[in-house]
Amino acid sequence: MTVALFVPCYIDQFYPQVAIATLELLEKFGVKVVYPPDQTCCGQPMANSGFEHLTHSCNELFIKNFAGFDYIVCPSGSCTLHIKDHLHHEKEEEKAGQIRKRVYELTEFLTDVLKVEALDARFPHKVGVHQSCHGQRGLQLSQMSELVAEPFSKPGHLLKMVEGLELIELNRVDECCGFGGTFCVAEEAVSVKMGKDRVKDHVEHGAEYITGGDMSCLMHLEGILRRQNSKVQVKHIAEILNSKQ
Amino acid sequence: MNNGDKDHAALAQQFNRDEPRVNWHDETLWWVRAKRDKAAHTIPGWEHLRETASRIKNNVLSNMYGYLQQFEENARKNGVIVHWAADAGEHNEIVCGILQKHGINKMVKSKSMLTEECHLNDYLQQNGIEVIDTDLGERIVQLAKEPPSHIVLPCIHKKKEEIGELFHEHLGTPEGNADPQFLTHAARLHLREKFLTRRAALTGVNFAIAETGEFVVCTNEGNADMGAHLADVHIACMGFEKLLPQRKHLGVFLRLLARSATGQPITTYSSHFKKPRKGQEMHIVLVDNGRSVQLGREDFRNSLKCIRCGACMNTCPVYRRSGGHSYHTAVAGPIGSILAPNLDMRKYADLPFASTLCGSCSNVCPVKIDIHDQLYKWRQVLMKEGYGPAAKKLAMKGMTFTLSNPGVYRFAGKTGRWVMGKMPFIVNNKLNPWYKQREMPEPPAQSFNEWYKKNRKAD
Ligand code: SF4
Repeated sequence: MTVALFVPCYIDQFYPQVAIATLELLEKFGVKVVYPPDQTCCGQPMANSGFEHLTHSCNELFIKNFAGFDYIVCPSGSCTLHIKDHLHHEKEEEKAGQIRKRVYELTEFLTDVLKVEALDARFPHKVGVHQSCHGQRGLQLSQMSELVAEPFSKPGHLLKMVEGLELIELNRVDECCGFGGTFCVAEEAVSVKMGKDRVKDHVEHGAEYITGGDMSCLMHLEGILRRQNSKVQVKHIAEILNSKQ
Repeated sequence: MNNGDKDHAALAQQFNRDEPRVNWHDETLWWVRAKRDKAAHTIPGWEHLRETASRIKNNVLSNMYGYLQQFEENARKNGVIVHWAADAGEHNEIVCGILQKHGINKMVKSKSMLTEECHLNDYLQQNGIEVIDTDLGERIVQLAKEPPSHIVLPCIHKKKEEIGELFHEHLGTPEGNADPQFLTHAARLHLREKFLTRRAALTGVNFAIAETGEFVVCTNEGNADMGAHLADVHIACMGFEKLLPQRKHLGVFLRLLARSATGQPITTYSSHFKKPRKGQEMHIVLVDNGRSVQLGREDFRNSLKCIRCGACMNTCPVYRRSGGHSYHTAVAGPIGSILAPNLDMRKYADLPFASTLCGSCSNVCPVKIDIHDQLYKWRQVLMKEGYGPAAKKLAMKGMTFTLSNPGVYRFAGKTGRWVMGKMPFIVNNKLNPWYKQREMPEPPAQSFNEWYKKNRKAD
């Protein structure tokens, strides 16, 4: 099985350790991982701002980089969802369609494709899970609190396999953190307020770490935590699942 | 309310100046959302019910022409006078005309978001007709000279102390008394006098049944009934999407409406109006006002399935922290943000961006409108048709260029972490909205791409 590693641009630029953890984690399960070095970004920042019509060349590049692999795995629910829902190209529609079907967010790849039932990981801390909306409501990585349906959680399932890790409860299990792409600057006041409220829920419940599947949300929460001089840290779920503390 | 030219972001920022108040607003609406959740979970077939409602409404949207004709015909047979209004202006003229014909210059009105949409109160006032809103929440905002901030809970933005002050000023209640029970009693006495002396009553319509020509009005206070039963002239105004094919379909919607709205099993009153009582005149005004245009927009037509329960507002993390007035339109929140651009793209171009696209709205919606997908789609339409600022477009083009060219991207990344410059982090200064209340991420020594080249390429 050959998997292409799709690294979101902000992870590439700001959080390389998340991509490294993802790579190592996949390799631990015997997966052959290829990193197409010419990748840049999925085009979501433009599309969410209303400029999907300008993402043409970005899509073309994405297809060039990622066509032909068995799977494409990405440590971000949001970028994965964008590709799944919006990757199109009139000349390469077949390839685009294949990519849309083969792209997986990291935790769903671990639970659904690799069917991971045990992990060699240790992280002895109190951890709060931030459910990023695109992963949760878009890719349905876990059950949504609005629906009358059986609860489940793919990231939760994996985190429970980590030795020493204690998951904390939250008052609002899946409230949005307010990152929202360009929303975080276009609607600065509400974005920050949402982030502060999310942080508060975790802190009040004794979290030492806030984790999640989307570094963009965590970057926003981290910005707020650091401004508050809080000791609470953010950590991408790949780092925890790959941790040997 | 005159908000000047301020957009949602600016109005939301204004709202956020008083953080304790934002907390209170958020908690209050979250509490309503929690009540909704509890009510939904008591019904094992909840999701099935939503699906059924959605399908019935889809059927209505696909057969609107036939159902409207059927409804009109049956209503006429019942002795109701039916009017058609192409837009808000016509609607207001029709209502005003009916009142003038009867020489009426004072009217009571129960809850109707449609009349808010059409700005009926202002129009009637300009024509010398006084309107008293009889829904308690609406009466409160009317006294405060404000529009409702929520379609189900019009004065949810007001604290009880503020209501006490308003009542003291307008209804003469003792100063400093903010006891809800006392204030409600005072409002009741005040409104009773209006009910008894008004000859005309206007009500909204929650559901109109094509099969029978009747309509159903849901209230908790019974104010619609009180108004309609005491008046010589009953005018019911409805957007044409309020139709249901048959009476039996009501069961689905009445089970969903109040549970979604407030968590109650059903509204206290679900009153059926079919024909005028002896000596009474009953009118129905069927209003288009952009609805047929929306019906023609493939991507947005199913916004017309909305039953105005307000659940999408209560769950919206942005609405809860920006307040209904920040949407500067009659119907606020997520649903308002997909309805308003249909009426005026320029004026409401900001609203589809007043969302993180978290998707909670679509999940609570009892008729399964894909609200957050439509917000995304409106963004595409608005930017493509040139309703975005030119600078934004240029920035996006620059971004596309960089992201489409790996060489440029790498170079840009190296020379100061490109993302910091463009996406959307500028520099560590006060002009950067990210940095105002958040620290910037610390740029690492090398990108993943660089790390990979060093550590893995040799493999
Ligand atoms: S869009 Fe759905 S949730 Fe929102 S008010 Fe309408 S029916 Fe209710």
